[in-house]
Order: sequence, then C-alpha cells, then structure tokens
Amino acid sequence: MSAPLDPKGMSRRQLLRHTAWFGAAVVLTVTGGEVISHLGGTPAAAAAQDPHALRFVQISDSHLGFHGPANADVTGSFSRAINQVNALGLRPDFVMHTGDLTHLSTPDQFDQVRQMLGGLRTGAVFTVPGEHDSVDDHGQKYRAMFGSGTHGDGWYSFDVKGVHVIALVNTLALERLGHLGADQLDFVRNDVANLPSDTPIVVFSHIPLFAMYPAWGWGTDDATQALSYLRRFSSVTCLNGHVHQLFSKTENNITFYSATTTAYPLPHPGQGPGPIPLTLPAGQLGTALGVRDVTYQPGQHALAIRDRKLA
Amino acid sequence: MRQFRTSLALPAVAAGIATLAGTAIAVGIITNPTTATDPPTGPAPVVSAQAMPEMSMHPTASPTAASGQDAPVATNAVAIQNFAFSPAIVTVKVGTTVTWTNRDQDAHTATAMSGGFHSPTLNAGQSYQYTFTTPGRFEYLCTIHPFMTATVVVTP
Repeated sequence: MSAPLDPKGMSRRQLLRHTAWFGAAVVLTVTGGEVISHLGGTPAAAAAQDPHALRFVQISDSHLGFHGPANADVTGSFSRAINQVNALGLRPDFVMHTGDLTHLSTPDQFDQVRQMLGGLRTGAVFTVPGEHDSVDDHGQKYRAMFGSGTHGDGWYSFDVKGVHVIALVNTLALERLGHLGADQLDFVRNDVANLPSDTPIVVFSHIPLFAMYPAWGWGTDDATQALSYLRRFSSVTCLNGHVHQLFSKTENNITFYSATTTAYPLPHPGQGPGPIPLTLPAGQLGTALGVRDVTYQPGQHALAIRDRKLA
Repeated sequence: MRQFRTSLALPAVAAGIATLAGTAIAVGIITNPTTATDPPTGPAPVVSAQAMPEMSMHPTASPTAASGQDAPVATNAVAIQNFAFSPAIVTVKVGTTVTWTNRDQDAHTATAMSGGFHSPTLNAGQSYQYTFTTPGRFEYLCTIHPFMTATVVVTP
C-alpha cells in the first residue's frame, strides 16, 4: 500500500540530467487495443525493459460518487483500473491522478478515493484537482486530504530520474475556461528558471493547457503564459484529464496528451449540445475507459505513452 | 402581467404537499400567482428541497427554453435541466428572489462568476434561492459543469 507522498520528498539533486529529450513527431500506433505513442521512433517496449527508465502511470476522472446511466458503478470501474495498474508487471515510479477524483467533493467521496488510491502498488501517488473536487469549498477538502507539501492552491513540482514534473491547478478560478492565475504563473516561472534547457519537463493539469475545444471550456485562458516559460526546453509533455477521451497535439517543443477516464465517456468536441456523460450501448463502456502508462528512457531519448483500455 | 402554469415535471423530492404561508398546496395545482413577484422575504441565499410556489411555475412561453434560449425572459424561476440553465438569460427587478431548481439527475450549482451568490451542491430536485438587492448583470455558472453558463439581469 502506498500513501500519497509529499511532493517535496524527491530532491532535484537526485537528477540524472546528462541526458536530453529531443522534440519529435508523435507516432501513434494501435496494437491489441492499445494506443501507443512514442518519440523518435524508439519502441515503447524497449524503453519499458530498461530498469533505469522512469515509468509512471496517469489515471484520471474517476468521479467517485457519480450516479447515472453512463456508468452505474464508477467505484467498480475505478477498482478495475487500479488492479490493471497493479498488474502492469513493473512497479511504476509514481501514479498521477489528474483530477475529478470525486464527483461532488463530499467527505465520504474523498475518503473513499484516498483509500482506493492507497491500494496502488507504486512508489508514490500524486494528484491534481478537477473542478468536481472543489464544488463548494474552493478546494479546501481536497487540499486537506491531498495538499500536503504543495504551494498556493495545491500546485507543486518534483524531480525524478532526470525528469522535472510540474503539477498545476487550473480548476479553482475558472470562468468557463480553466485558469492558473498570477501566483501560479509566478511559481512556474521561478520553478524552471534555473533548470538546464535539456531537462525534460512533464506538466500535469486537469483541464487541458491547449485549446482543445474552448466552447466547452476545454482550454486554459492563461496557459500561453505558463507555456512561454517552457519554450526553451528541449521537450515538454503536458498530460491532462477533464475531457474523458484520448487526444494528442504537438506545438513545437510541447506535446499535449489528453487522457481518458475511469468513469464515463464524454462526446467528441462539438458533437451534441455539450460535454454531457455519454451512455454507450451495453457492453461497450470498458472500451471508452482506461489507464495510461508512460516511460522515459534517458539513454534512448525516448518518451513512450501507452493508453490501455480498461481490462 | 405574467402568466403562469403548473409544471408536471417536479422532481420526486418535491412531490407531495407543501405548506407555505398557511396555505396547503398540492403539486400540480396553480398556487397564488401573486407570489411570483417574489417579495424579498427571508434570508438569502437559502437552499431547500421543499416545494416552493416558484418551483411549480414557469413562463408560459417556453418552460424548456428549447428555442430562443438566449433571449431574455422575465421570470424568477430557472430550471436546470439537460445540463443547461433555462432560460439562459432572465430579467428581474431589484428585490426579486430567483429560484433555481435542478431537474437533472446529476448535481449542479448556480455560482456567480464575480461573487455574490454561490449555491451549495444541488442534487436532483433541490432548489436554491437568492434575492437580488442591487441592479446589474450577474453572470453565473455551474462549478461542477463550468460549460453551463447563464445570466441574471437585475433592473432598477
């Protein structure tokens, strides 16, 4: 059992920064129902075999407490996702949940999700909040449970195996779109100011940091400012949740990956009146849910992202 | 004078007999239309799962606002249904109490973007009331589903 850890627990001095990432086109392949992306043509499987590689998992949008026809058992599907992570065959360095842990931010839902996350076999569990985690208290209950060692409204950074990880909060001051705010922008600028430009950067947020579909709020109004601090780095990878579906986009040195959910699908952008939970035909829900594992292999300059359908 | 009709879409939690101001009303029966002017009585904001007179009333024009959704409607009752506020724009006079009623299965909130009012989480069938004491344009959203936005225009 692994409890959520203090983000400050990993020292920047532990870094292995002699390696570099190089921006490259994202290659997507589909094998056995898995969507695999990798940079530079390095096979994902090869990276996974390297014991020195960084390997982490992203899960998202579990919405514990949701009741509706789109998924009658979100607890069950989240439990299956956790079991799937534990069965990956290699203990991930950390697991990041990118928000909407709960559906309505109730104490019972937070307690339940914390207990379930404790069942992950991993080095550490990290989270960022979704808007469903701050429904009525500006994130106070979320931070009481998951905010130890964080800054401001819950943002933080850490370093692991040569990678600098930044976890942002863009769901608290939102007005239609996600919003970071001046304090958090200052944090990002200062956080990376002294990093060598060949440091690989991974950024987590709930709402996308790119304009995936602003009409539905799928974007962050001041993300451009935050990303401007990251333009000098060789490779930046932004991983988000919120949209309940896979999507990828590359802008110069920055690649964005939207993750799917463990709870219920949402429509593709613009299809329908809004991002309203989709009820799929019987037996098809699992095909829309999933978990993501990511491998960074320093010696190969490779990033591999593998999205797996819920087993 | 606005016209009102009863709603047959009241949620189960509000079904039954409600007592207000000494008058027992049954859901589905037209109540005193004069209550729709909403004298600013009682504290605001409040949340209630009780049936209030406003909950059973809609403007005759378009209770679902399926068409003309963005046209201002003079009413003090806003339905939250199909992941939208309906009507999307309402106009009221200062002192009016607006009632939001969640007719969806999923939970919602009605939260002013610039402060002023912030409902608690409204589960299916629950209502929230807020009395507007100053004129202005109040844009609000559902913090759970921030793509849901709407406006209350308060006139002097």
